[in-house]
Amino acid sequence: MSEIEGIYAIWLREAKIYMREKERVISSIVSPLLWIFAFGAGVGSTIETVQGYSYQIFIYPGIVVMTVLFASLFYGVYIIWDRKLDFLKEVLVAPVSRASVFAGKVLGGATDAMIQVVFLLIIGLFISVPLTPIVIINAFLMLLLISIAMVSIGLVIGANLKSPEGFTLVINFVMWPMFFFSGALFPVSNLSGWLSVVTFINPLTYGVDAVRGIILGPHQFPIFLDVAMMLLFSLIAMSIGVLSFRRM
Amino acid sequence: MHTKTEGSFSREPVVIKTEALTRKYGKISAVDSMNLEVKEGEIFGLLGPNGAGKTTLISMLCTILKPTSGRAWVNGFDIVKEPGKVRKSIGIVFQAPSVDDLLTGLENLQMHNLLFGVPREIRKQRIQEVLSIVNLEKRADDLVNTYSGGMRRRLELARGIMHHPKILFLDEPTLGLDPQTREHIWEYISDLAVKECMTVMLTTHYMEEAESLCDRIAIIDYGKIVVLDSPSELKNQIVTDVVKLKPRIPDTEELKKLEYVRKIEEKDGLLYISIKDASKHLQDLLTHTGPIDFVEVRSGTLNDVFMHYTGREIREAEAEGGFWERMMKK
Ligand SMILES: Nc1ncnc2c1ncn2[C@@H]1O[C@H](COP(=O)(O)OP(=O)(O)O)[C@@H](O)[C@H]1O
Ligand SMILES: [Mg+2]
Repeated sequence: MSEIEGIYAIWLREAKIYMREKERVISSIVSPLLWIFAFGAGVGSTIETVQGYSYQIFIYPGIVVMTVLFASLFYGVYIIWDRKLDFLKEVLVAPVSRASVFAGKVLGGATDAMIQVVFLLIIGLFISVPLTPIVIINAFLMLLLISIAMVSIGLVIGANLKSPEGFTLVINFVMWPMFFFSGALFPVSNLSGWLSVVTFINPLTYGVDAVRGIILGPHQFPIFLDVAMMLLFSLIAMSIGVLSFRRM
Repeated sequence: MHTKTEGSFSREPVVIKTEALTRKYGKISAVDSMNLEVKEGEIFGLLGPNGAGKTTLISMLCTILKPTSGRAWVNGFDIVKEPGKVRKSIGIVFQAPSVDDLLTGLENLQMHNLLFGVPREIRKQRIQEVLSIVNLEKRADDLVNTYSGGMRRRLELARGIMHHPKILFLDEPTLGLDPQTREHIWEYISDLAVKECMTVMLTTHYMEEAESLCDRIAIIDYGKIVVLDSPSELKNQIVTDVVKLKPRIPDTEELKKLEYVRKIEEKDGLLYISIKDASKHLQDLLTHTGPIDFVEVRSGTLNDVFMHYTGREIREAEAEGGFWERMMKK
């Protein structure tokens, strides 16, 4: 009971702070908009169709996943700020387990990301992405799973580093390769050689595949494999996360 | 109430015990093989100059810093093996500010209630209680980033005592507060200590505070306990009061024979007589000096004790800097 209240307390704090830092909300909504409208429409004008969809629609699921990826991974930097400003001490000295502290933070980060997802889904309706209620629910759940996995990675990195600059550096080495070799921007089925190996071991490949399959139809792997890989990946990331929090 | 205690020290309820507790940073021993026992209900003061190791000691006792070697128990629980149980027993006000800027004062307290498992029925009442003690009722709904440094400190104090911990750690709790608030807070804390049988371990640079509040004081320097006793004993052993007087017939020979007289200096026809406990011996002293034209007494303070043991002075102005510096940096 008290552990659940602890998780709730930490989640509530994260949610309130997110809503109060307007720049955070605004910037996280502007960048996916640019991707959809500038990149999607721009590149799309030189490409006829991909797998039967306009390029803008084709990359829509990838952009949504990207937004979740960026927001979730970058969330880990706040743990460094919290620690720098000593806000975290109050939580670390509280009689709640570190697993609960971690869980509260993961939920907080996932909440940030999912608020952006809601916004992007609304935009999707306007650019005529085929979104039915059941598609929206399935996509939402899959994106939540991806977010939990990525927030966990972000927190693992944040918990083990001392400076926000160091965090940004490390996260760029994690984020961009993950994003480029996930199939978010181009279909991975066309790749060959070592690039295809990279895409197969990239957990985000399965996330993108699932979300595209749910929203647009075409997919490379069976959905249960996508979900299983994401779940496995989340569990690993969360276990490392709890261990990292115990050492803080 | 009985506490779980380990083996040999179970006769009197000892609630904090350290055994050769050590924390090293590189080659520096911030806390150096410290042995300490604090009894239930005691208000225990840690006094020492900047960098003496007070914060390091408290951080280990409240389980956010691992010792390099040695052991310690808080409320009978091993700080390394049972940190969860230790945390259930304690409240702490950190030296550095640790309230959340983007939450209101009230939200900070509500979060604390949830984190520290205060029962639902009494949460509201506890919040009201502590807000009125630190005089923040009117500002409770404002974001903390609109608070002054002193107000943040008061909020942290409110938070630290809100769940009525069995043991309360206070690291420089009243640094930067106005005298009135300080007094108010100490009144409440000593009250709570009695009512709830709460034990308090505090660090402070305010000598008067340590003197009037603490049952016992440990003077620390370079991570070691230099001396540990009650304030009055400490003063009795080392501190002398100085009686400055102008006798009609200066006769220092007889005065030197008195057992409570430590030292006599003569300057410009005035005698500076260092004696033990002036309040007790002044009358007797005056019977030996004969008629006098003038007398003045300067009481010794704990600061003298500190000087005696460390050869340095604790200067309040320099005290720890940390708190205000950090406030300014934000
Ligand atoms: N994180 C740290 N890294 C290195 N040295 C530290 C650290 N924290 C404290 N110290 C050193 O340990 C000693 C004791 O510090 P501290 O416990 O903060 O003293 P106090 O609270 O009595 O002022 C000081 O010499 C300080 O420089
Ligand atoms: Mg200190």
